[in-house]
Amino acid sequence: MSQSRSQILAGIATALGRTPDDARRAAARARIAGHARNLVPARAQVDAEAQVRLFVQMALEVSATVARVPSLDAVPDAVAEYLAGHNLPAELRLAPDPALDPIPWQRRPTLTLSRGRARDADAVSLTGAFAGIAETGTLMLVSGAERPTTLNFLPDTHIVVLTAAQIVGTYEDAWDRLRAQSAAFEGGLPRTVNLITGPSRTGDIEQTIQLGAHGPRRLHIVLVEE
Amino acid sequence: MHPTSHAFPENARRALNDETLQYMLAKSRTGFQLRRAAAAQRLPEFEELRDQGKAIKDHALANLDVYLELFEAKVTEQGGHVHWCRTAEEARETILDICRNAGARTVTKGKSMIAEEIAINDHLEAAGFIPIETDLGEYIIQLRKEPPSHIIAPAFHVSKEQVADAFRAAHTDLPPERSLEEPRELITEARLMLRRRFQEADVGITGANLLIAETGSTIIVTNEGNGDLTQTLPKVHVVLASIEKVVPTLEDAATVLRLLARSATGQEFSSYTTFSTGPRRPGDLDGPEQFHVVLLDNGRSALLGTEFQEVLRCIRCGACMNHCPVYGAVGGHAYGWVYPGPIGAVLDPALIGLKEAGHLPNASTFCGRCEAVCPMRIPLPKMMRHWREKEFAEKLQPATMRRGIGAWGWLARRPALYHAAVRMAVRTLRRVGTLPLPMLQGWTEHRDLPAPEGRSFQELWAERRGGSKR
Repeated sequence: MSQSRSQILAGIATALGRTPDDARRAAARARIAGHARNLVPARAQVDAEAQVRLFVQMALEVSATVARVPSLDAVPDAVAEYLAGHNLPAELRLAPDPALDPIPWQRRPTLTLSRGRARDADAVSLTGAFAGIAETGTLMLVSGAERPTTLNFLPDTHIVVLTAAQIVGTYEDAWDRLRAQSAAFEGGLPRTVNLITGPSRTGDIEQTIQLGAHGPRRLHIVLVEE
Repeated sequence: MHPTSHAFPENARRALNDETLQYMLAKSRTGFQLRRAAAAQRLPEFEELRDQGKAIKDHALANLDVYLELFEAKVTEQGGHVHWCRTAEEARETILDICRNAGARTVTKGKSMIAEEIAINDHLEAAGFIPIETDLGEYIIQLRKEPPSHIIAPAFHVSKEQVADAFRAAHTDLPPERSLEEPRELITEARLMLRRRFQEADVGITGANLLIAETGSTIIVTNEGNGDLTQTLPKVHVVLASIEKVVPTLEDAATVLRLLARSATGQEFSSYTTFSTGPRRPGDLDGPEQFHVVLLDNGRSALLGTEFQEVLRCIRCGACMNHCPVYGAVGGHAYGWVYPGPIGAVLDPALIGLKEAGHLPNASTFCGRCEAVCPMRIPLPKMMRHWREKEFAEKLQPATMRRGIGAWGWLARRPALYHAAVRMAVRTLRRVGTLPLPMLQGWTEHRDLPAPEGRSFQELWAERRGGSKR
């Protein structure tokens, strides 16, 4: 295998007519260290309030639903009403994420809560998010001990609690926020970073778009304004 | 996949007479084109993003060895493994070894064109594993035992009635009287059946739309979420990627991703764009325990520094085939190998040889729409022309065609003789009108050879130029 490695790399160098010398390596490292932005669409380079509006508009366009609530205190009511409105069981599988701890679930004692990775029978999951990206109404979720990835894909309904302060304009803005926290991820990215734009869908049967192919059929965003 | 590209003329004829296929082709083509146009128009920066996407890939290709080394170092640093494979065979052996070491039985798969390229399913089966395609389109064609006909919509040639037939034949433990008329019912059934497979899988194989040197991440872009279940549930995640997928930074990836979905399906962004970096971390509640990246060359490095280098910019969006009149007429299977349409006409001869795939670069009207919509601005028609030149240089065409081209070439290099011959031919044709020319039957069987107006272009040109002088 190491022979294949050296042959492939040597083949590339020969074809390019140059060797991977230190100068080229240094130039590549410098480009990476600088990670300069390329052209960023003007659409999302707007003030914070407009970014929130754009995020909501774009998320609705891709068949996500959005409920806007004034504070974390209002989340239990919003979630319970959403579940009742869709005839869904009042059972939630929660990410064991400390960011969700301030939510006063005791306000809706009929909600049954459990925490952990998703199990096959879980119908509804509730997670936080790392960021909301206004440009395309996209959520950024990152994995970790407190944020199991299976919650984003296995249940039929995925509810995401997002604060307005977490909304940024562009993908680049979200990466910058994640880089700023990279110490928390041992210097690298978390195992999984999910950019989620609307619920799961497929056009594989006669090009008719259907929601809920393998991942969630419903993506509901509870947007906390505070 | 065993290539049948050498039989393109027969394949195409069969496709033209296939009513279901013609119905499906007519149904999907305009949708793809309209959606892409609308998405491109909605983003004012789209054309400039194409220029930048091209520049990013050109830069990455010009420094491919260096960026691959950096990518590898990052993957290793995060606890993953990189396997370098020169050929399809090496990649297959590597994957089979990983599966054996994992004690695997069921292997789930996300959609990957490179997996088709190395025919991994056949080899997994032969080695006693059970490969399960999890992308709905790929699952359908796996049940039907046929190759994909499109790089992003692998089953778009299949009608919903045919899908229902395939499901009834495969899912024999479900009640036979169930209704499978609506797409909704078909999707619910596939979801149910594949959920079982996801849970029992030991190894998950996905492709990669991009690799990022900065972070050692691999990216997959899907709408269904199948690729995520494929890589999150089993204990081993294998990423199968070709070497030209690497870009330097997350910012570079963002630029390419802004082009990908818009060019492919006309979406602003696909439902799921997933960045995978190494295996699960200590304390993580889910995710794979092993992370392997199988880096495949399979003839790609040999294209660097040649007139075909630019084809390595391709991000596999499928826009070229969605806008190609030839693909639109015959569909993907006629091309006889993994990559159909204009990208296949350029890539297939490079990967399986001009002798096998020589028909493909000839199956083009050179209308140029593929290049016009290619997000990476790959000059596909120019490259098809390069293949035609090579085909002539390597004496691969039939003798009569070679003699015909040779004779025309000889004549064309002798202007006086050429003009005399053309004048004579034009006058004769005008007098005779449409006549059955045995040599041209392939052409005149389907259309009339128009009778010339009277004089040759050169005569008219000379007269006009003379006129302006006066």
